[in-house]
Amino acid sequence: MKSFLTTNAELVITVVKIALLLFIVLTVNAYLTWFERKVVAHMQSRWGPHRVGPHGLLQPLADGVKFLFKEDPTPAGADKFVYYLAPLLALALALTSIALIPFGPDPIRLFGHDIYLGIAPPDVNIGILALFAITAMGVYGVALAGWSSNSKYPLLGGLRSSAQMISYELALTMSVVGVLLMAGSFNLKKIIEAQAHHPEWGILGWNVWPQILGFFCFFVAAVAETNRVPFDLPEAESELVAGFHTEYASFKFAMFFIAEYTSMITVSCLCSIMFFGGWLSPFPASWTFTHYLPSAILIPFGLWVIWDGIRYETIFGRIILPGLGTAIAGAGAALILLPGVNLFIQGPFWLLSKILVFLFVYGWMRGTLPRFRYDQLMAFGWKLLLPLSIVNVIVTSFVILARMTWGAK
Amino acid sequence: MTAPLVVFFVLAGLAVIGAVSLILQKHPIHSALSLIVVMIALAGLYLLLGAEFVAAVQIIVYGGAIMVLFVFVIMLLNAGVEEHTSISKMAGAPGLLLVVALAGLVAATIVRSTDSIQGTIETGEMSSTLGISNMIFKEFVYPFELTSFLILVAVLGATVLAQREKS
Repeated sequence: MKSFLTTNAELVITVVKIALLLFIVLTVNAYLTWFERKVVAHMQSRWGPHRVGPHGLLQPLADGVKFLFKEDPTPAGADKFVYYLAPLLALALALTSIALIPFGPDPIRLFGHDIYLGIAPPDVNIGILALFAITAMGVYGVALAGWSSNSKYPLLGGLRSSAQMISYELALTMSVVGVLLMAGSFNLKKIIEAQAHHPEWGILGWNVWPQILGFFCFFVAAVAETNRVPFDLPEAESELVAGFHTEYASFKFAMFFIAEYTSMITVSCLCSIMFFGGWLSPFPASWTFTHYLPSAILIPFGLWVIWDGIRYETIFGRIILPGLGTAIAGAGAALILLPGVNLFIQGPFWLLSKILVFLFVYGWMRGTLPRFRYDQLMAFGWKLLLPLSIVNVIVTSFVILARMTWGAK
Repeated sequence: MTAPLVVFFVLAGLAVIGAVSLILQKHPIHSALSLIVVMIALAGLYLLLGAEFVAAVQIIVYGGAIMVLFVFVIMLLNAGVEEHTSISKMAGAPGLLLVVALAGLVAATIVRSTDSIQGTIETGEMSSTLGISNMIFKEFVYPFELTSFLILVAVLGATVLAQREKS
């Protein structure tokens, strides 16, 4: 057994990493639904989930159990093979895309092996292209689900989805070309490192300032690619019942649901990495006192959870919430006491914070924006986003050419 | 058998099965799905050859954009199961001849090649994005620009045709 572990260390590490990341992503997905419902609810002066567990924290668990135990009928006349394939395809592709995201700059040294955060090795030369390849395939899940259900509303949803994907994929790909030109690489790690050229600039060195146009195009196109509000025409409740997944119930519906939320996470990761410096701190590198920021956030937050918990209305909440708060505050305190660990989590901390901000923006948009009309959607994609992103590429190329010619360095 | 060789045979087998299934399937959507399998298997083969960029572009352009358009059109026309026409006996003879000729050509190439089958081949310049852009924009710049011009003409033609129908 031991010799197997030592000879196939790389393989074992990768399998463990995959299992771990899968677990984390699925849990985050579940709580993302809770987070989004809370955000939208508070924007609309409601409480959101509040019954199952303290502050509705066990709601995702209840939803999961419901998905597992619901009846799962297959519509008559459905194309069985494609009907079963579609949710599988959607989920598998969405989860695969997460594998290409690097979550931190430095490897952990464990049992004599450098273990990088993220499944793909950090030297994948075509990182961003591979991600686009996977998301490009993602449309089949939606389109085939709509077609195979043998029902008119799903078919309309599937048609809308394919048309939307074709229209917005061009703008999505063009909008990152500016970033790629500035970094000179498809490698996600190199794209982040290119934003740290001037360590003292901090937040001012990020791609979002020179590429603000590209960021706008990328974010809008990416939201359209994930079929979220205001681009959720493929599932528009008020028009198409539930769009492409009308005929799906039980866990097959849950698979579409998980796929959608996973692609939201992927898009948030990509936005953070390409335009907001990934794991780079927004402060100049010489401000080492900012390294205590994770603790400075975790400890007060933990204390607040304890304070909120002891006054909670249910006994269960009065036990669970203070426990949770103690764990959070304890983690914050441990980070102060372990400087090595604290230094290591700086990168992942900033990346996760940025991802969380983008996930909040998703919820924010869902709470505030109305859905586009179909012709508006097409006009917006072809007549505004695509020309804008092409202009961005041309301007960026000219600036880089000018710098190379007259040597700004 | 080395690991790359195993991967090669799996991918090659997938491509062949997909291609055969593309012809044998009765429903256009199933045929389109088979074609997607072929495209992805080919992308895997490019990856095996070390041509990462070509592999990614193969999936994005063929697997993604073009096949989505195929599926979209099939769905939009709501094409059903194909009806079998009475097969003409005449069509079989030249078809068989072509199959034999093609198989002979492939077999002759394999027999004449002196290299043993290798899982990975060094592709040198073609492997990196830099190498590809150097080839496109230096060595083959005129054919490339001519092709672009041809595509532009086709796009203009499509626009003109679409507009004529409207009025």
